[in-house]
Amino acid sequence: MAYLELNNIYKTYGQGDNETEILSNINLSIEEGEFVAIVGFTGSGKTTLVNLINGLLEPTKGEVLFKGEPVIGTSHERGVIFQNYSLLPWLTVGQNVFMAVKEAFPKKSKKELHEIVADYVEMVSLTPAINKRPKELSGGMRQRVAVARALAMKPEMIIMDEPLGALDALTRGNLQDEILNIWGKDKRTALLITNDVDEGIYMADRIIPLRPGPNATLGPEFKIDIDRPRDKTELNDNDNFKKTRNAIIEYLMDIGEERKSEANEEIILPDLSPKDFVNQFKYKIL
Amino acid sequence: MKQSITLGRVTKFMGLGIFSTIKDLFTGKLEKEDFKNFLRKTIVPLASILLFIGLWHMGAKALYNKEADFKIEKALNDQGQEAADAMKVCIASGDVSCKPNTLPSPAQVWDSYKSLLRDHNIIAADKAAFKDKTAALNEKRVAEGLDAITYTGRPSFVDQIFRSLKTVFAGFLLALLIAVPLGIFIGLSPTLKSSFNWFIQIFKPVSPVVWYLLVFMIVKTLLIGSNEDSSFTISFISVGLCSMWATLVNTAMGVSSVDKDYINVAKVLKLGPFQKIFKVVLPSSLPLIFTGLKITLSVAWMVLIAIELLAQSPGLGLFVWEEFQNGANDSNAKIIVAMFVIGVIGFLLDRIMLTIQNWVSFDKTDAI
Repeated sequence: MAYLELNNIYKTYGQGDNETEILSNINLSIEEGEFVAIVGFTGSGKTTLVNLINGLLEPTKGEVLFKGEPVIGTSHERGVIFQNYSLLPWLTVGQNVFMAVKEAFPKKSKKELHEIVADYVEMVSLTPAINKRPKELSGGMRQRVAVARALAMKPEMIIMDEPLGALDALTRGNLQDEILNIWGKDKRTALLITNDVDEGIYMADRIIPLRPGPNATLGPEFKIDIDRPRDKTELNDNDNFKKTRNAIIEYLMDIGEERKSEANEEIILPDLSPKDFVNQFKYKIL
Repeated sequence: MKQSITLGRVTKFMGLGIFSTIKDLFTGKLEKEDFKNFLRKTIVPLASILLFIGLWHMGAKALYNKEADFKIEKALNDQGQEAADAMKVCIASGDVSCKPNTLPSPAQVWDSYKSLLRDHNIIAADKAAFKDKTAALNEKRVAEGLDAITYTGRPSFVDQIFRSLKTVFAGFLLALLIAVPLGIFIGLSPTLKSSFNWFIQIFKPVSPVVWYLLVFMIVKTLLIGSNEDSSFTISFISVGLCSMWATLVNTAMGVSSVDKDYINVAKVLKLGPFQKIFKVVLPSSLPLIFTGLKITLSVAWMVLIAIELLAQSPGLGLFVWEEFQNGANDSNAKIIVAMFVIGVIGFLLDRIMLTIQNWVSFDKTDAI
């Protein structure tokens, strides 16, 4: 039996005439220790899917099974890294992590808890900033705090909802490596939601595209057969990488085309032409 | 890095930037490019104050002349030329019996302010002397289990100010203790919200006078048979009930509109209900709660005067009313002094609340 299983999930918002189906017929199974990425367009229902798995939402139809048990509400076994960091702005970095650790290990003494906090803050190399508030940190640092907070609870599964979406390319690369390092250390199960195909291929064992919503459903999976640890620069010359990348992008583009022809909307452009600056300029000189 | 606390930072923090600009002027720190800024922030407000005093002076003079002319003309019509001349002389001499009783000029108000201070010093000296005189006797009385003899003389203007502040703080505390917990409950539960909504909507606009009467009816019966002076109790409860609505509504709104992200965090971390309220809901709604408390304090100070007047509770309100009834030579000027004192204290209370608010709440604009 799979570690995490989604069986025939349907999720609708609204009631009566306003009812819209966001997700339909989602089937997914993830094995223990696997790193799975779900790639999709913005607005395709990725966050809804994540919230169904972490227990913040309940499916309209179908069931989510975690280790064979149906998911009811949230659990410390599934750590979540949110898209927008969601740090509490009135607490310092240390306090944000401490709050999570205290809930996860209520039996440990205060000293032990503080040690755990220090370890995880060190892990994301934020020890100098432990007494700072989120507003004093850069976007990348905030996301690292969110990573530390999720991991310090020692969850069995890490669920990441576009964790690096708002970061610049350099910070993004660094954080990808950090997350992979942590994941590699004790081989937890990980689910990454992203809109970046390259990120998915670099990090995951399997990539599953999410077809755009409404009525979003999962497409065929793509296995990534590239040995770990993967090297970003070498990856670009790897035939396997190129092939998989092209296949996924082609698939996503095809969905996009399909969607466009379905919409069948003709956009009428306004009748405008650019101003002739060159001739105007010449005229003035003369 | 810990930032040092300087005078400039403190005044800026309290929203009193004008003082640091004046300080810069005297310490020679003002740069040339700051001059425009200095003009706008210091000279313009000072000029507007001078203009206000000037207009007031001229207005008071016009009113004075109008009443004086009327008095002279009345004397002329009623009693003839001789009486009119006598009236003219009498008014010019500034005698109390015929002085026009109208809006006092700034100079008169300043004089009254000084005389009120002198009066306070005399009473304070009197009090100290009384204390010395009765010290030995009181010790003996306390040892025998009797009540000590207290000073029962007339309160000075400064005493009245402190009485008023005491009433306002008691009322404010009452409002805080009722409105904040109630607001949290209402904000957390939609059921409570809909069951309390009519209550809030109906009682919010009720006038301070009516609150006073309501509290009077209840407290009078509760304290029946006791010799205690209930005017203070009645006035502070009325002030509290009048002013608590802003805090109640703001707290409920703040609590019910906590950012969904924070609620999700609380759910994912599986915080218990108490942890959730104290660690997530309250800190995030603190800015709104404080906005409510700031309004509550200013409303409390505003209605206090009317309520003290009705309740005959000693304080600035009663002072104003008694001066009005008194009709002495400088009564009008004393009323204006009280008016300015009330205004300045209201302003200071507002600044204090703002300072506390800046202190305890995170900056919403920089959040997440």
